[in-house]
Amino acid sequence: MKRHGAQAALDGVSLDVAAGSFVALVGPSGSGKTSLLKTINRLIEPDEGKVTLAGEEVRTLPPASLRRRIGYVFQAIGLFPHMDVAENIAIGLRLTGVPPRERQARAAELLELVALPPHFAGRRPAALSGGQAQRVGVARALAPRPSLMLMDEPFGALDPVTRDELGRAYRALHDRLGLTTIMVTHDMSEALLLADRVVVLIGGRIRADAPPAALMRAEADPEVRALIEVPRRQAERLAALEQRT
Amino acid sequence: MTGAAAEATAALPELLRAHIALSGSAIAIAILLGLPLALWAAGHRRARVPLLALVGLVQTIPALALLALFYPLLLLIGGALHLALPALGFLPALIALALYALLPIVRNGVAAREGLDPGVLEAADGVGMTRRQRLWLVELPLGAPVLLAGIRTAAVWTIGAATLATTVGQPSLGNLIFSGLQTENWIRVLVGCAAAAALALVADGLLALIETGLARRSAWRVRTGLGLLAAGLMLALVQPDRATAPTVAIGAKNFSEQYILAAAMADRLHAAGYRTELREDLGSAVAYRAVAAGDIDVYVDYSGTLWANVLGRTDNPPAAQLRAELADALAKRDGVRVLGPLGFENAYALAMRGSRARALGISSIADLARAAPRLRLASDIEFLSRPEWRSVRSAYGLSFAGQNSYSPTFMYRAIADGSADVLSAFSSDGRIAALDLVTLTDPKHALPSYEAVLLVSPRRAHDERFLAALRPLIGAISIDRMRQANLMVDRDVAKASPEEAARWLLRPAPAPLPAAPRSHSP
Repeated sequence: MKRHGAQAALDGVSLDVAAGSFVALVGPSGSGKTSLLKTINRLIEPDEGKVTLAGEEVRTLPPASLRRRIGYVFQAIGLFPHMDVAENIAIGLRLTGVPPRERQARAAELLELVALPPHFAGRRPAALSGGQAQRVGVARALAPRPSLMLMDEPFGALDPVTRDELGRAYRALHDRLGLTTIMVTHDMSEALLLADRVVVLIGGRIRADAPPAALMRAEADPEVRALIEVPRRQAERLAALEQRT
Repeated sequence: MTGAAAEATAALPELLRAHIALSGSAIAIAILLGLPLALWAAGHRRARVPLLALVGLVQTIPALALLALFYPLLLLIGGALHLALPALGFLPALIALALYALLPIVRNGVAAREGLDPGVLEAADGVGMTRRQRLWLVELPLGAPVLLAGIRTAAVWTIGAATLATTVGQPSLGNLIFSGLQTENWIRVLVGCAAAAALALVADGLLALIETGLARRSAWRVRTGLGLLAAGLMLALVQPDRATAPTVAIGAKNFSEQYILAAAMADRLHAAGYRTELREDLGSAVAYRAVAAGDIDVYVDYSGTLWANVLGRTDNPPAAQLRAELADALAKRDGVRVLGPLGFENAYALAMRGSRARALGISSIADLARAAPRLRLASDIEFLSRPEWRSVRSAYGLSFAGQNSYSPTFMYRAIADGSADVLSAFSSDGRIAALDLVTLTDPKHALPSYEAVLLVSPRRAHDERFLAALRPLIGAISIDRMRQANLMVDRDVAKASPEEAARWLLRPAPAPLPAAPRSHSP
């Protein structure tokens, strides 16, 4: 639980994520979803409550070594502008003292994994498009071979086409590498289409927690209903437009 | 090359070395102190405002005053801790300049940290950097351009301000500038200024090289810049070999007569096998305390000045009695030895242009007091705050229409061009005769006697070899010869350097004064 002044940002939240699952945390702005995500890698410390990762309480682990075990991708991307793409990707390895030759090989591997051409290795982040930059961001998070990926609005700043493309590409990686992913998004259709399980947070409380198909069918409370209705009605209107032509 | 230019360039290498050693060390200390301070302040929002205000406050103190303040401060601290802190020379200059350089470094350090992209910092934490890794891998490389801009500003300021170190007895390029200004030897001033400016440009250029090296990730640029800066500083910090002969420090206040006498003492001491170093442009109070503390070994002061300023006496006994009492008191109190009078007096006197004095019917200070409300006084910088002025003012009830302070050179200009009517002259000044000035008599004996006396530090007070080298100067310099020597240096054309005048002064047989122009251009 995290309090901001008198108002609790998170209130009585309890969540158990199984290894290998893809969980989307959805909710309006200020619902506490980013705070919840950041308590896992200790970018935010909860005032009460605990987070356990594979049986260990994260509070007992040094933050730096905890974070090296967890992939972290966020909307601002945060590539280091003074390092080239390969150096950015391999930064996690550099922190743990992996020799340069090995780092280079791993960076090349990851460029391929995120479908970027090998010659991007020497580019500066400033020379990348938004989609390319976030591919590098994903590669950087994956380089130390984490089993858990935390993603905070990872595709939020991208144009719709790139966003869709990158979302699907990441989902494929998730399956191929057997990752556990927790993704924060305010976009319900993105959550429904990518995740195995959708957790809806409103006002710091969990208001719904179900697989996408079940969530679509369930008689949820009105606020959750409203969130789901938006993409559903958009889809219906688009379908109607198509029929008229 | 003219004599003056040759002399200035001969002094240049050693002064340049001292200047680089001082300003380089000050900047290095400011960086070592300022960067951690900036880093700390960036993380503590509440501490930042008071810290920046404090380093900003230091900047508002004029550099000259800041340097001067450290002299009494270090004496006080040294006294309280029973440490022999050198209060004159390198240490006070170093502290003052380092403090002065702190502001741009701290301010830009804080700005560099604030200017970092929060997304990049979040990523640094997110990939698992420790605080140290974040500092070295992200914050420093990304903040470097802003940080370096601050260091460049600090470097240029410090190299300029280091010329003022001369006034607290630390040799620097300021020696050329200050002594050149006093003796109107513009070549000296120019050489000093040009050297300081060139040094600042070179330092700034090397720092700029490092800056572009960091921006373009060019290792050779960074290495070349750092290497040359470090090499220059190391070279300057290596003291020239002094082991062969004992070195003595000769003090001088900030006017021509003092430069000439210091050069004369240096000549005598060289002949006796000593190495000498000159601490010139000292203020009156600083000079005496420096000899008492052993920061300088010998200098010339004036009995009346010591009587009133150091002993705080207001009575006015005859010259011989005053000198005897003074010698006694200084030896007892500070262990300073009055070796003896040089043979001339350099008294404070009030002087006017002869024609103007005759027209107004003034020949004494008592006459002057009646006309003073319509007249303006030009004084040197010290006079108005000295006890002698208070004493003569209250004895005669003097009150002028206006009074301005000038450096001695410009004081004579003021009387020549009519912007002042009366001036606080020195009786040994060659310009009194040259400018057709008359000194006013002092019927109430308000001004004490000002015999030039040679003062020796406690450390040298019983060093017979040292004293023997200086004794030939005692009683050897008449007022006429001193005036002539002063005029050689002070006149506008055919100027001599203080060293040339000193050699002329030391000649055994009185030689005729080299041809001097009769008329004076204002």
